[in-house]
Amino acid sequence: MRQSFSEWTKSGAPWVWLNAGAVAICLIMVIGLLSLIAVRGLGHFWPADVVQGTYVENDHSVRLIGERVQTEIVPAEQLRGSGVTVAENVEEMHRSLMKVGNRDHGGTDFIWIIDDFLGNKEKPEMLFTAERREWGNFYGYLRGIKEEGKLVASHDGYESSPEYQILWDALQNRIERVTSIQEKIDHIEKGEISSINYELERLRLKERSLQLKEVVETAPYQAITDRRLELDAEYESLQSELLALYKAINRDSITAEIANGQVVELKIAAIVRAFLPNDMGLGGKLVHYFQKLWEFVSTDPREANTEGGIFPAIFGTVMMVLIMSVIVTPFGVIAAVYLREYARQGFVTRLIRIAVNNLAGVPSIVYGVFGLGFFVYFLGGHIDDAFFPEAKPAPTFGTPGLMWASITLALLTVPVVIVATEEGLTRIPRAVREGSLALGATKFETLMKIVIPMASPAIMTGVILAIARAAGEVAPLMLVGVVKLAPSLPLDLNYPYLHLDQKFMHLGFHIYDVGFQSPNVEAARPLVYATALLLVIVIALLNLTAIQIRNHLREKFKALEM
Amino acid sequence: MSKDNIASAELDFNTPSAKRNRSIRALKDKFAAAGIAFGGISVIVAILLIFFYLLYEVAPLFESADIERWQENNQQVAPYSVPGEGKTLYLTMEEQAEIGLRITDLGQLVFFNTLNGDVIKQETINVPAGATVTSFAIASEYSGIFALGFSNGEALVFKQFYKSTYPNDIRVITPEVVYPLGAEPITISEGPVDVLALNGGEDEWTIVGGQKSKLTATEVTLSLNIITDEVSAETNSFALPNMNISAKKLLLMPDRSWMMIASDGGKLGIVNMKAEGGPAITQLIDATTGNITSFEMLLGGNSLLISDDLGVTSQWFLVRNDKNQWVMTKVRSFENGNTAVSSISIEHRRKGFVTISEQGQLSFYSTTAHRTSLSAAITEGNADMIALAPRSNALLVEQNNQLTLWAIHNEHPEISWSAIWEKVWYEGYEEPEYTWQSSASTNDFEPKYSLMPLAFGTLKAAFYAMLFGTPLAICGAIYTAYFMVPAMRRKVKPFIELMEALPTVILGFLAGLWLAPFMEVNLAGIFVTLLVLPAAIIAFAYAWSGAPKSIRYLIPDGWDAALLVPVIILATYFSFAIAPYLEQMLFGTEMRYWVTSELGIPYDQRNALVVGVAMGFAIIPTIFSITEDAIFAVPKHLSYGSLALGATPWQTLVRVVMPTASPGIFSAVMIGMGRAVGETMIVLMATGNTPIMDVNIFEGMRTLAANIAVEMPESEVGSTHFRILFLAAFVLFIFTFMVNTLAELVRQRLRKKYGSL
Repeated sequence: MRQSFSEWTKSGAPWVWLNAGAVAICLIMVIGLLSLIAVRGLGHFWPADVVQGTYVENDHSVRLIGERVQTEIVPAEQLRGSGVTVAENVEEMHRSLMKVGNRDHGGTDFIWIIDDFLGNKEKPEMLFTAERREWGNFYGYLRGIKEEGKLVASHDGYESSPEYQILWDALQNRIERVTSIQEKIDHIEKGEISSINYELERLRLKERSLQLKEVVETAPYQAITDRRLELDAEYESLQSELLALYKAINRDSITAEIANGQVVELKIAAIVRAFLPNDMGLGGKLVHYFQKLWEFVSTDPREANTEGGIFPAIFGTVMMVLIMSVIVTPFGVIAAVYLREYARQGFVTRLIRIAVNNLAGVPSIVYGVFGLGFFVYFLGGHIDDAFFPEAKPAPTFGTPGLMWASITLALLTVPVVIVATEEGLTRIPRAVREGSLALGATKFETLMKIVIPMASPAIMTGVILAIARAAGEVAPLMLVGVVKLAPSLPLDLNYPYLHLDQKFMHLGFHIYDVGFQSPNVEAARPLVYATALLLVIVIALLNLTAIQIRNHLREKFKALEM
Repeated sequence: MSKDNIASAELDFNTPSAKRNRSIRALKDKFAAAGIAFGGISVIVAILLIFFYLLYEVAPLFESADIERWQENNQQVAPYSVPGEGKTLYLTMEEQAEIGLRITDLGQLVFFNTLNGDVIKQETINVPAGATVTSFAIASEYSGIFALGFSNGEALVFKQFYKSTYPNDIRVITPEVVYPLGAEPITISEGPVDVLALNGGEDEWTIVGGQKSKLTATEVTLSLNIITDEVSAETNSFALPNMNISAKKLLLMPDRSWMMIASDGGKLGIVNMKAEGGPAITQLIDATTGNITSFEMLLGGNSLLISDDLGVTSQWFLVRNDKNQWVMTKVRSFENGNTAVSSISIEHRRKGFVTISEQGQLSFYSTTAHRTSLSAAITEGNADMIALAPRSNALLVEQNNQLTLWAIHNEHPEISWSAIWEKVWYEGYEEPEYTWQSSASTNDFEPKYSLMPLAFGTLKAAFYAMLFGTPLAICGAIYTAYFMVPAMRRKVKPFIELMEALPTVILGFLAGLWLAPFMEVNLAGIFVTLLVLPAAIIAFAYAWSGAPKSIRYLIPDGWDAALLVPVIILATYFSFAIAPYLEQMLFGTEMRYWVTSELGIPYDQRNALVVGVAMGFAIIPTIFSITEDAIFAVPKHLSYGSLALGATPWQTLVRVVMPTASPGIFSAVMIGMGRAVGETMIVLMATGNTPIMDVNIFEGMRTLAANIAVEMPESEVGSTHFRILFLAAFVLFIFTFMVNTLAELVRQRLRKKYGSL
């Protein structure tokens, strides 16, 4: 029997449905957000087909070559308003963002076009994409290869042919050669020369410290001078080696035809990778996709962080989180054990518990301000005065860095560990403790052998939640040690190997920096999505692990609670 | 242990090794207890440290200044007699306060050691033969450029200048005098120069001088001859019309368009030098009922300071009125306790000044903060002259031909309660305003440290976030806790809680780079969705309730949320699809343009609406989780009782469950608000970060947290700006801490109540 609407309303059913709607909206938003990040982030690495066509606008016709990035519908009214001639009966048109690359020739990598104005659309197999070390992508037709300025091979026409294949293979070989030389150069520049520079700096500090201590004997000074001469000689020889390598790497170049028909020359040394996107099968594209994905997580960024990988950011985040957990675990556990097992339960403990709970709700930026003021300027300044007077006026620990960032985040996350550990300790039945004490164990022995092992999953949960929080926190790090581009990793082969005073890169800050401070936001955007996706995955995994452990723990103790 | 012992079946617990073992264990236990107590307490202390450290950094802002006699090598510097001869016209010091300069009425510039009065250098300027010094003028304290007027109608401009050299790593400061307009006096008036004023910069100068009611203006243009490298001055004099005012003292603003005249009987005349039809007096004001005792310009040359013999110093500046005219207006005044102000000295780097009264009462004032940071009697009777060092860390006082050097500690005079939280009338503003503008490129900039726009922005962002997030979170939690089938609840709850861990930087980035442009284009769609969505849900629900049982029973109760997912997606899609046609129909153009052109509301791409959605999204899981717990924890027998008495599930929920759970919901909302107030990354990325005070949903804002993130890295350690940012952090800390504590207390009471049920 059908209810009337008013009766149905009276029963309160609409309200229940609206509440159900709220849950559904929340779920849709979360899933939508995650899929948005995933699609945009993962899509970036797929080698898109490169389209060629003739673009006619206001009787002006040009050849366009590029990848379609994004399409939207715009009302024809708006287009007419901006001076575009649109036929009378058209209500709306499709507009696309094309990535045309060749920034060094055209000025911009991205242009908006109206789809209907692009005629003769085709996807020539010969069209190639080159990822470059600078100026972004290059699109064009390979026309020839030059060695030391002399043309050694060439090809014309727009149809693929066996000769063209030979030319293309030759290019690939030469790119491989250049890549291997580049590796050598990197090894010398980032490895050997940087360690020489590092040692020279240490020698300078040593000398300064001798002067400060007013040492008058000449022997120590002499030793420093000798070593410095040795290093200088080494440096010279590396420098000449580098010179030879640079000469070798700049030997080859290619000529290529770009969209406007112009033939331009391009150094092979500037090319990271060249491929024929329209000629790739699904298999080829998949291989390319995973290569790019690997490159993304394993290499250094290029071009002001808008291209290349994010390895230093991943590394920096991991280092910071590791150091933080080393600090936060013992302190958090000790504080929780003290509060639960040793302190007298009363008004004060209750007050402290509330305070600790609330600190988790204090804005993270406040911790950042505290870290900057207290750790960096106050503690760091005093450490510099006491231990590093030779480096002055350049600060060593009196400036934001890895150690201060880790400690600040440890302070930020310590309430999480305390709360989780306390919860674990509360769950352990009294009987277990009393049993241990009755057998003659001291309180400490009970704690170490019975209570802590039983509470360890809870402690783990706390630490994992702390890590998840720390990995996603950005605001305080902006004040205490993160930079957009760190010259070197905080862990390397130069003594003392772990450089706690260095600044570092961080995934979260990377997102902020590339997304908002980058000169070429359009080009950087896909990379930001990819970085965001990585961060979301890491944090979701950490949280899921924590939830799993917690559930497991609850199951385990159910048996004990009778 | 040997077999005999076991055979005897009697264990000896008191062998020496067992005893030792026991004592070691006991010792270990004691140490552990002490260690853990120490560790635990120190972690708690570290946490408390945050509070005290923030307070420690903020406290100096509100300290008052203090003054004491200058100490050198732990010895108080004794007063010494005034170096050089003649009467002091002006007294000043160089940067380090090591060297003082005394300009006398004999045309002498005496540079002396401020510690003992030893003359370091004495230069007599080119006083024309037979003439005497009749007047003195200063361009600005900061520039150190002065002029002397002579009885023969000439004037000479000179500048103090200090050179620092480091022979043998010891700083040596050498004073020098340079003549920017040439070493020869310039003729500026007929007859003696009784009053004098100058101002200008680089190569354009104006000097005004003459007798009480007969003034002449002289414009000096310097030009550099590139070949000979010589500077030549070109002068152009013209007499000013009679202003019917007898000038006692003159001042000229740096742009040389305005001249201020102090006259007998507390009269103040304002002259527009660049008025059409030649210089003319625009205002004649009774500045004070007493007599003007000093007449100076504040740093920057925008404000006039007038002290009188009634003990009041007032600040005046030009304010544009509604007829677009500049009017000299009295902005604020500083009382000195009814004793005449005898001398005044202007700070070189800040908007502040010092006065001394006839009874020797010294007062430090800051104009922006309208604050008296110090008031102390330092001399007996009248002091003749006071002079501040450029860094405002030292003060020279001349009395009875004796000079005394004082040390001053006055770090942050520009901060007061009113400067931070109340409207302040800043120089050049038409009315008092709340403004945050912490830095600028020029030295004479007036910092505007009002935290109001930031606090307002914080609350505005939090308000819109709560507006979006709270209903969704609470309604969702109600359904999840009370109506949803357990199987689904077990999946949904952790999923929404997982959202809480989502880094806010990601939300901020999406809000700024995806949501903001999306909303700009689809503004109408957003509002249409708001209307269509509830309607669609109700329509579907009603249709469902009327559907045949065979279909309805396929899906048991409590799965409604799952059913609604496709409905919501379709309704949203539909809303966005019809929105362009609707806005064409209603507004004739896109809604965004309609908002700006018809309603006249400015539209920023990154606005409060974007922040509301993004930050609302961030606080949903927090509120959801706590509300859900609170509702779920309501004992089941309460609702069973209600249902058994015939109430519908909804009635039970509203009348029985919700009242019981309401303190928990309150605490959830509080905690959600705490999070919204302190959130940094989302507001940093999704607002334009402009510190404006406007409730308009289509405009951005700047919050306290975002402001810290933006300005902290650039502020100088220990400066006022640095400490103000600490104050902002302290405000955030206290606010969130209190809100959270309140929520926690409410929640604990609730828990106790359930315990009894």
